Amino acid sequence: MDAILLQILNGLDKGGAYALIALGLTLVFGTLGVVNFAHGALFMLGAFCAVTFNKLLNLESVVIDPTQKTAWGTPLEVRTPYIEAWLGDFGKYLHDYSVPASILLAIPVMLIIGIVMERGLIRYFYKRPHADQILVTFGLAIVIQEIIKHFFGANPIPQPAPMAFGGTAYVGEFLGMGQTLAYPWWRIIYFLFSLGIIGAVFAFLQFTTYGMVVRAGMRDRETVGLLGIDIERRFTVVFGLAAVVAGVAGVMYTPILPPDYHMGMEFLVLSFVVVVVGGMGSLGGAVAAGFLLGILQSFASMNEVKAIIPGIDQIIIYLVAVVILLTLPRGLMGRKGVMED
Amino acid sequence: MFKGLSRNDLILLVGFTAFVLLMPIILKPVGAAYPALMQKFCIFGIFAIGFNILFGLTGYLSFGHAAFLGVGSYAAVWSFKLFTMNIIPAIFLSLFFAAIFAVVIGYVSLRRSGIYFSILTLAFAQMCYNLAYSVLTPLTNGETGLQLTLRDPRWIDAMFHEPGAGLPRATLFGLDTSGGGLGGFYLCAVILIICFYISMRIFRSPFGMMLRAIKSNQNRMRYTGFNTRPYLLAAFVISGMYAGLAGSLMAATDPLAGAERMQWTASGEVVLMTILGGVGTLVGPVVGAAVIKYFENIFSSFGPDTLHGVFSFLPDTIEDALVSFLSLFVGEGWNLTLGVIFVLLVIFMPGGIIEGLRRLWVIFTRKRDGGDAIPAATHPQPAE
Repeated sequence: MDAILLQILNGLDKGGAYALIALGLTLVFGTLGVVNFAHGALFMLGAFCAVTFNKLLNLESVVIDPTQKTAWGTPLEVRTPYIEAWLGDFGKYLHDYSVPASILLAIPVMLIIGIVMERGLIRYFYKRPHADQILVTFGLAIVIQEIIKHFFGANPIPQPAPMAFGGTAYVGEFLGMGQTLAYPWWRIIYFLFSLGIIGAVFAFLQFTTYGMVVRAGMRDRETVGLLGIDIERRFTVVFGLAAVVAGVAGVMYTPILPPDYHMGMEFLVLSFVVVVVGGMGSLGGAVAAGFLLGILQSFASMNEVKAIIPGIDQIIIYLVAVVILLTLPRGLMGRKGVMED
Repeated sequence: MFKGLSRNDLILLVGFTAFVLLMPIILKPVGAAYPALMQKFCIFGIFAIGFNILFGLTGYLSFGHAAFLGVGSYAAVWSFKLFTMNIIPAIFLSLFFAAIFAVVIGYVSLRRSGIYFSILTLAFAQMCYNLAYSVLTPLTNGETGLQLTLRDPRWIDAMFHEPGAGLPRATLFGLDTSGGGLGGFYLCAVILIICFYISMRIFRSPFGMMLRAIKSNQNRMRYTGFNTRPYLLAAFVISGMYAGLAGSLMAATDPLAGAERMQWTASGEVVLMTILGGVGTLVGPVVGAAVIKYFENIFSSFGPDTLHGVFSFLPDTIEDALVSFLSLFVGEGWNLTLGVIFVLLVIFMPGGIIEGLRRLWVIFTRKRDGGDAIPAATHPQPAE
């Protein structure tokens, strides 16, 4: 029982990341009809927003204090981060919470990147075949990735989780099972965070007028256009929104997986599989499939399972995708008429 | 042998053959005339020709072709390890295994088309890659890559002669192919020409016509009573075998195999080569492969120092700014250049280099004829 619950927990944070990326992919696909291979790069850019923010906070002033000597006899260098010198305790606090705080940086940055990307490149590809869209966004992903590599190097850069959430939580206590199910706090936070973001996106689409227009546009773009609504502009904003979702997903994932320049590609391939399993154009399907595949993957990496089928943890997601695509051509919850071939 | 080929095709074939065989002389002025690079042109040319048979003719975009390349490499190295250092069995073994993989993967993937096909092939390639890295380590030697060792049995070789000191080299009946000499290059060149000829026959055959018809309108094909799937599967397997052949040649010129050859970035590279040259054209993929490998070779050997040397005539401030900007694109940053080319190409010249040349040709001839326009393409492109 414990082992099963633990695996479900294990799957939830990864599933959350898949779901968030897949959600953005589906949004873009449903609205603009564009297959965006650069979406993983947006996730990666979000993660590097956190890295940049942390670097900014770590800028230090170095004062050489001649009265004190180090053990080697050289004058002691007193290093204080500017942020602490200026803001005192709040600075220390901010420093500790740099990862969640960098969401504030990531949102405007990702929004701008998303809108620039859409206006500058993607919009010329609405009417081009899907193969062209895949190719151009694939090229774009390489470009983004290489620029990041140039500025941040090829090695993963670990980011600390806030001290308060650095330890492990005993999830069993919440369920009345005593001191069992030790699990890192931050991963639980990540799961809750992803639920929150998913809820926010759905609420935006469901309960605001703006969201209603977007949904109407997903159904029938031309009619909405005929009603005098500038649907393209709204879709551009939706692209920006998808970029923000991917970005914050990346920001919060940094304490779990130290970001490096090609993390986006790895997540992209999996997220595409998630989208296809969930059903092209179905937001609910993307989220459900994201969590489902995350949990399946963590079950497959149990030692007991691996003993029966070696290597299953490496391929389970792809295997599920193959089976689903062959049995349910539209995916789990695919809408009729979207990407039928 | 040449029946059914038009005069233009024959000229193309002869010209291509002459060019490939004379590459060591022709490419001297551009500094690419050393065998290690030229055999790369040939190997990736074969890979791209094969990819083009699938993507160019049927329009099915496979994002997992590198898997076959990897399978071919592994099969060839195993043949070197177990049987003989002669490359003939290695090539046949690679073709065999690549074909089996292609039949299985193609049978499943071709049930869907469009983006689903791309994702399915990608999924299969990633599965192969992940397995090669993890569970199949006894077969693939994991991250280190599969290499020759002194303890390999090499049964067939052992029957005929005593093993010499040191690692043996891959040979073609005594002709050393793995030393980076001209032997390896001419092996690859001859195979490239054969591959080019086969691809030309496919392009001009009723079978090729059928594949093109699938690209332009698959439903209509089905309505007229053709079952399109066997044709697609045949195209997929042929193109997979081309990839396997390229993989075995990689092993023949340098006997090791690693899982990174199967990664999906490698699949992306062959897509890029094909598009750069010209999708659906005969020579395009080879041109694309050669151009990419050539520039990869040049750009990645550039460093800031070389750039400073080139721009030393400029004032210092401008020079520094220019060099620091350009150094983004060279050396380690070669992939960035590749990505930029990729994006620009898809936006401005989806037809690739061959299409660009054709347009230039039209402009050129129109001026001579005084406004008498010649149709851009003699072969009308099928509608997307």
